[in-house]
Amino acid sequence: MISIRNIVKQYAGQRALDDVSIEVAGGTVFGLLGPNGAGKTSLIRIINQITAPDSGEVLINGERLHSHHIGKIGYLPEERGLYKKMEIGEQILYLARLKGLSADEARKRARYWFERLEIQAWWNKRIEDLSKGMQQKAQFVATVIHQPELLILDEPFSGFDPVNAELIKNEILELNRQGTTIIFSTHRMESVEELCDSIALLNKSHKILEGKVKDIRNRYRDNTFAVDFTGNLPTPDSDAPFNTVANAENDGIGKLTLKIKPEFTTNDVLGYLLPKVSIMRMEEVVPTMNEIFIQTVSKSN
Amino acid sequence: MNKILLIIQREYLSRVKKKSFIVLTLLVPILFVGMIGAIGYLAANQANMGDRKLIAVVDESGWFKDKLANTPTIQFAYASGSYEDVKTGFTKSDNDFLLYIPQSTKGIMLYGKKKASLTVSQTVEERINAVAQAHRLAEAHIDSAVMADVQKPLHMEVKQLTDAGEKDADGSVTFIIGMVAAMLIYMSLILYGVQVMRGVIEEKVSRIVEVVISSVKPFQLMMGKILGVGLVGLTQFILWIGLTVAISTFGGGLLMKHSGAATQAKEMKMNAGTMPAAQAAAGGDNEMGEVMRTLNNVNIPYTVGCFLFYFLFGYLLYSALFAAVGSAVDSETETQQFIMPITLPLIFTFALAQTVIVANPDGALSVWLSIIPFTSPIAMMIRLQFGVPMWQLGVSMALLIAGFMLTVWVAGRIYRVGILMYGKKANYKELAKWFMYKD
Repeated sequence: MISIRNIVKQYAGQRALDDVSIEVAGGTVFGLLGPNGAGKTSLIRIINQITAPDSGEVLINGERLHSHHIGKIGYLPEERGLYKKMEIGEQILYLARLKGLSADEARKRARYWFERLEIQAWWNKRIEDLSKGMQQKAQFVATVIHQPELLILDEPFSGFDPVNAELIKNEILELNRQGTTIIFSTHRMESVEELCDSIALLNKSHKILEGKVKDIRNRYRDNTFAVDFTGNLPTPDSDAPFNTVANAENDGIGKLTLKIKPEFTTNDVLGYLLPKVSIMRMEEVVPTMNEIFIQTVSKSN
Repeated sequence: MNKILLIIQREYLSRVKKKSFIVLTLLVPILFVGMIGAIGYLAANQANMGDRKLIAVVDESGWFKDKLANTPTIQFAYASGSYEDVKTGFTKSDNDFLLYIPQSTKGIMLYGKKKASLTVSQTVEERINAVAQAHRLAEAHIDSAVMADVQKPLHMEVKQLTDAGEKDADGSVTFIIGMVAAMLIYMSLILYGVQVMRGVIEEKVSRIVEVVISSVKPFQLMMGKILGVGLVGLTQFILWIGLTVAISTFGGGLLMKHSGAATQAKEMKMNAGTMPAAQAAAGGDNEMGEVMRTLNNVNIPYTVGCFLFYFLFGYLLYSALFAAVGSAVDSETETQQFIMPITLPLIFTFALAQTVIVANPDGALSVWLSIIPFTSPIAMMIRLQFGVPMWQLGVSMALLIAGFMLTVWVAGRIYRVGILMYGKKANYKELAKWFMYKD
């Protein structure tokens, strides 16, 4: 769907993006991650043709980025807002027409979305008279009204209350089911694991990690397991098939975190533990995206 | 292009539909006409407003008894007692002033309970001089009719002689037309320029700007706003002019019929009667006719055409700069340091317009000011009425268009970066850096 190739963007004295290449497959949800100032917004602005790269190119469906692609992209910026004094319906129509919709088509789609998000009664209200949640729904409608093939959402849930965040999330997923490719920029990792198929991690203008979420997490597995048990576990000796990472007790239940030694398997661990304690649960500890994020970023710093 | 039209449409409609626009558009002509009317009415009815000054006259010379003419604001009363008596009793009397004329007519004094206003002292002085003149003429056995004849002023007409023939060219009328046009341009450049700036700040503060420029180029957004506000200005001007003419024709007629005209005419006649006869003869119809003739001689399409041209391009030039300022700041309070240098050429030219340019419209300074793009919209308005060589007008217009393209280009480069800079305190160095950014 979109390939970003060797993008370099220089602002006076500092490099915002340094030879960044990213592939986003059509129909997926792609997470663009990174700490503040990593270059996410710069990259997004380049895809939206708000700024142009110093070198490198962006291809959409194999075509070089061109102004006629504007109508295919929907963009929800992190710094977002609407005209405060303008009526909400009129405003959505204006933004839709700027994206190239005809007046009739814009009206039809706006009606559809207003009903879907249950804000149709507020069509003639000014933005400043609406609640925050209502404004955000309107903002979302403005982003998706022209049925973009590519939806770029920069911190989409910031400022949403949990109910509205859930509602918008479901709308995003529904659009994705219908085939919309979604690029999702955030530093809130819990939503990444839930939503994203693939991610790219930027830090200090470089891409430092890219791939499918599943693959990345698998790559970061290091044979760490958590075991819940009851009974008295003597301190494991050096013959044990694992190294103890942590051992704690909570309400009479022992919680052991262990790392299996390379030549052993989970069965060896169970064989070692079974005669000593009664095991209630054993589970692999796969690092969360948050941990991977922190680990990768601090390593690259 | 289509998108610019959409932006212009939004900028235009959102402003024209505002209550403040409608109120201001209606109120200004009403206030303007009302103010002129009120001034006229008050001036005409001063006497009726109980504002008549009583002046007690002690005349020891005997020249003035019953000869000083009253005016609507001044009434002379001849005291019978001696100067000393009247003077001691003055502060307790109803009289506002005491005029003392000694036997020798030297050392005439005007005492007042309060300080005499300039009009009062001048009028009194005029009146005594008129009587004294008549008295001396009589003493010299010169017939006052002969004297009036002697003093009749000669009249000179000012005309311009060109290849096309003669043209009436009264300096005062051209001065007024030029000043009004220059003032309108001066006010509107600042008024609508600031509106553009506010609009840009509003978009930046409300954070809609990034949503919009993901659909259109920043330059399109800026130009759309500038043109939209420009159309609002044009609409407002046309409505103001139309309404003022309508209200003054309609309301003025009504007012005149009511009272003003009658009183004014009466006063004029009275003034004329008491003025030295010679002076009176010159006034009135003759001069009025000349003004009318000069007015008829003003080439209206040429004047209006030039006015609209300089208004439009002057506005485009300045509003682009105002837009750049708006893009650079986060709130209106930060704009001061940038607005000052923008408005300076306007204030400077406007100040010079009233002095240097009017006094010497063909002088080197006037010519330069009317050619340099930043000052030409105002300076040319003054010069226009005195006749400007075609080539100067051409150069001035061409340079103004070039200047407009330059400022729009510069402003556009600052604007495209500025509108995306949140929470960054801008200074001139920063603006220069933004200007240098590649796309």
